[in-house]
Amino acid sequence: MELLVNSVLLMLLVATAGALVVVRGLLASTMLTSVYGLLSASFFVTMDAVDVAFTEAAVGAGVSPLLLLLTVAAIGRGEPRAAGALPILAIVLVTITGALLIIGTLDMPPFGSADAPAHTHVAPRYLQLSGEEIGIPNVVTSVLASYRAFDTLGEVLVIFTAGVAVLLILATPGQRGSARPRYTPGSHSEPHTILQVVSKILIPFILLFALYVQFHGEYGPGGGFQAGVIFASGIILYGLLYGLPTVCRVVRPAVVETLAAVGVLLYGTTGLLAMLDGRPFLDYSVFAANPVLGQHIGILLVELGVGITVASVITVIYYAFANQFEMAEG
Amino acid sequence: MSAVLAILSGACLLLGSFLLLTGALGFLRFADFYARLHACGVTETLATALIILGLMLLSDSYLPPFKLLLILLFVLFSSPTASHALAKAAWNAGVRPRDNQGKRDLPLPAGER
Amino acid sequence: MDVLSYFNYWVVVVLMMLGFFIVIARANLVKKLIGLNIFQTSVFILYISTGKVAGGAAPILTEGVTLYSNPLPHVLILTAIVVGIATTSVGLALVIRIHAAYGSVNQNDILQQDQQC
Repeated sequence: MELLVNSVLLMLLVATAGALVVVRGLLASTMLTSVYGLLSASFFVTMDAVDVAFTEAAVGAGVSPLLLLLTVAAIGRGEPRAAGALPILAIVLVTITGALLIIGTLDMPPFGSADAPAHTHVAPRYLQLSGEEIGIPNVVTSVLASYRAFDTLGEVLVIFTAGVAVLLILATPGQRGSARPRYTPGSHSEPHTILQVVSKILIPFILLFALYVQFHGEYGPGGGFQAGVIFASGIILYGLLYGLPTVCRVVRPAVVETLAAVGVLLYGTTGLLAMLDGRPFLDYSVFAANPVLGQHIGILLVELGVGITVASVITVIYYAFANQFEMAEG
Repeated sequence: MSAVLAILSGACLLLGSFLLLTGALGFLRFADFYARLHACGVTETLATALIILGLMLLSDSYLPPFKLLLILLFVLFSSPTASHALAKAAWNAGVRPRDNQGKRDLPLPAGER
Repeated sequence: MDVLSYFNYWVVVVLMMLGFFIVIARANLVKKLIGLNIFQTSVFILYISTGKVAGGAAPILTEGVTLYSNPLPHVLILTAIVVGIATTSVGLALVIRIHAAYGSVNQNDILQQDQQC
């Protein structure tokens, strides 16, 4: 039964990707990207990767198509071009590469086998000992925020850097090198009454849910990455319905930009505290005499840093793109 | 007791799946944008509610049904709103209702454009 | 050899090649980024498929469950997804800038304009 669901989802993914190859319009492609993200999130659930599915549902089906939409809106949909000559070279190249890769997969361990090399090195240790060493049920969170916390610090830094890069790239002259949106009070778009009323009811719960995901990430699927994206999507929803000037008054761009740095700093400082005590970087046993309690505090701080950075960076990126869209509008 | 619940839940799930199927069929077969939107928008809300109800009946502890209830509330809010947003966007973009063959726009009542 | 035991990997290869094809065969820069996204997601699917253990449960420790799927690929991909959207947005920002400078996001137009200079 599980195999059937798995195969059907994979075939749907292939069909969506095929449609993306055929479809020419950018708007239709964006919508198909959203479908693709939702399908892959469902696939991750059948593969037991609930944390990953959570992230992919928020990012792949939500934020990523939204940014694509804003880009398409800013640059214009463009003239649909007639299909050119069949790219024979590309087809040959892709076929050969694909065939080689498929031959390569034949050497891989069969799907789902428990004695595959991937499952025999560190994974058993994580699964058997993390209950005692870290003391929280969600092994993904233990590995993310404790065993491989240094790796995660790198990822958070990449996200932060990407946010800074977007701000620098989209900066317009006269804004002192930042793509921060300018306040233009009085420029109200057409009101969407029903959407605005419903979103007013829902946004508080979306933000509350983000906090739940943030702080419940030790016990169930969730954590800083998912919570950050959900929190940002709440802000983005508000911005979409009430316009960029309004959301900029509620959540000031300068504050969000600062918070993006604060999250990374919180993460790094958590690691440095251990060094001040003469322990290795990111050794959480510095926080409490009981090592398990120390792990709890450390993971909470680190995940909070991740959540703040991810939420701020996504909001900053949305502001920069929405600003481009408003400038393109006039 | 549990057998009755299992049967009830199965009935809910089947009915919900059937409604989703009719919605999908209508989405593929109907003539114009608004009819298609109607087909999926209306069936989707009830079908999701039925499927979530069916899942709630299956659970033996109290926390999963509560979470499912919250999801149901969210869907009841968001799904009709999404349909409304789609219809409004289509209307503003100049899409008008069409006749049964989907060939030409229907005449609109006086005062509408 | 059981055909089904490699099905996931083959789908990954097909998705990867479809994404690759979009990147090299479509001239529109936004479309290229979408192709890169498909490519990226296929890698995610490969990792998550590798992490699956038949009959295993999601890696959240529960009483009475002994077999779990591998949590390590989940951690790697979970962070990779968010990093992916951040880097994609850098790409999209570059596309907006290119459009502002060249008035087009079509690779052929841009190359033509470059040659004329």
